[in-house]
Amino acid sequence: MNDPYETLSVSRDASQEDIRKAYRRLAKKLHPDLNPGNKKAEEQFKDVSLANAILADPDKRKRFDAGEIDAAGAEKTRDRFYKDFAADASQGPRYSNSSGYADFADADNLFAELFRRQARQAAGADLRYRLTVDFLDAFNGTNKRIILPNGGLLDVGIPAGLQDGQALRLRGKGAASVGDGPAGDALVEVSVRPHAFFTRLGNNIHIQLPITLSEAVLGARVKTPTPAGSVMLAIPKGSNSGTVLRLKGKGISSGGRKGDELVTLKVELPHQTNPELEAFLSTWAPGPDYNPRREMVS
Amino acid sequence: MIINAAELMNRTGLSKATLDIWITEEWLIPATSGAETIFSECDVARARLISDLIDELGVNSEGVGVILHLLDQMHGLRFAVAQLVTSDRSDILSQPQ
Repeated sequence: MNDPYETLSVSRDASQEDIRKAYRRLAKKLHPDLNPGNKKAEEQFKDVSLANAILADPDKRKRFDAGEIDAAGAEKTRDRFYKDFAADASQGPRYSNSSGYADFADADNLFAELFRRQARQAAGADLRYRLTVDFLDAFNGTNKRIILPNGGLLDVGIPAGLQDGQALRLRGKGAASVGDGPAGDALVEVSVRPHAFFTRLGNNIHIQLPITLSEAVLGARVKTPTPAGSVMLAIPKGSNSGTVLRLKGKGISSGGRKGDELVTLKVELPHQTNPELEAFLSTWAPGPDYNPRREMVS
Repeated sequence: MIINAAELMNRTGLSKATLDIWITEEWLIPATSGAETIFSECDVARARLISDLIDELGVNSEGVGVILHLLDQMHGLRFAVAQLVTSDRSDILSQPQ
């Protein structure tokens, strides 16, 4: 590490004002953002900053003179400057502009060719499409083909468990670049058509399952649809309208976890009047505890 | 990396009033997300550069605008030249003048 007095080219008895002037003179010349292509200036500027950090602070300067701290000082110098971001094409264009050379672009010369080339390398536009898929296709995943207005075809892979309104990005399937740049992307927003009896809530599938009075009272095994095919569901004895049974793992799998199918039972009486049932019920009396409107009694 | 105004002020030591002036002057051009202004690492570095110009190099506010304008042009040129040197130059150089 260099002697900070040497780095700033000041004598050991220089005043604080002399040090400030010396630093400012060097910083104007060496600041990395004023010399974006000059690695050497950046290294020198770091030395100058370190030297200044010691000498500009009378207290640190005294301690350096007394040998208590070394020339490395304590200050951490900045390691990234604005130029490092401005050089990044993804950041730069917001601020950087072409007015320094725009007049070249019309001419027929090396620069003009370069700028036309830059324009040519711009990516094509993103194109948006809408697609509606059946509930079960969204559940199981499928491949769909969109016929484009220009007659082209676009194959869209629908991932299993896709949600209504989800957008899929197909890289490079958008509009072609006007020049040699990459094509844009196709953004496909997918709507899921509602199903006649399945509904989706999160990763669970909900379904309402009509059962007969005797299945409810006596219990039964009932064939129950799930998106992946029917299964036999055991209905416990004494089940009621509104009882919810869970079919584990029959929902949507996402992130290694599987949702469930939740089956809400709904007791349905026969549509036609049934003399036997009527006869039975007229002689049958439930226990004194039985009052379904218990909660409503005021 | 998204940085809000409070974090930018915290990291650069700028006051709200100063930041507002810099934005009005278009020395910093933040993006907006809803009602919030958001900054990037690039903006933080640019704010530090402006601080350096004013505090370390003694540039006044008129000078800052001029310097930034020239710097932005220089970065535009640097980007263009970088494109030139990384592209296959042979066909450009053989263009008829």
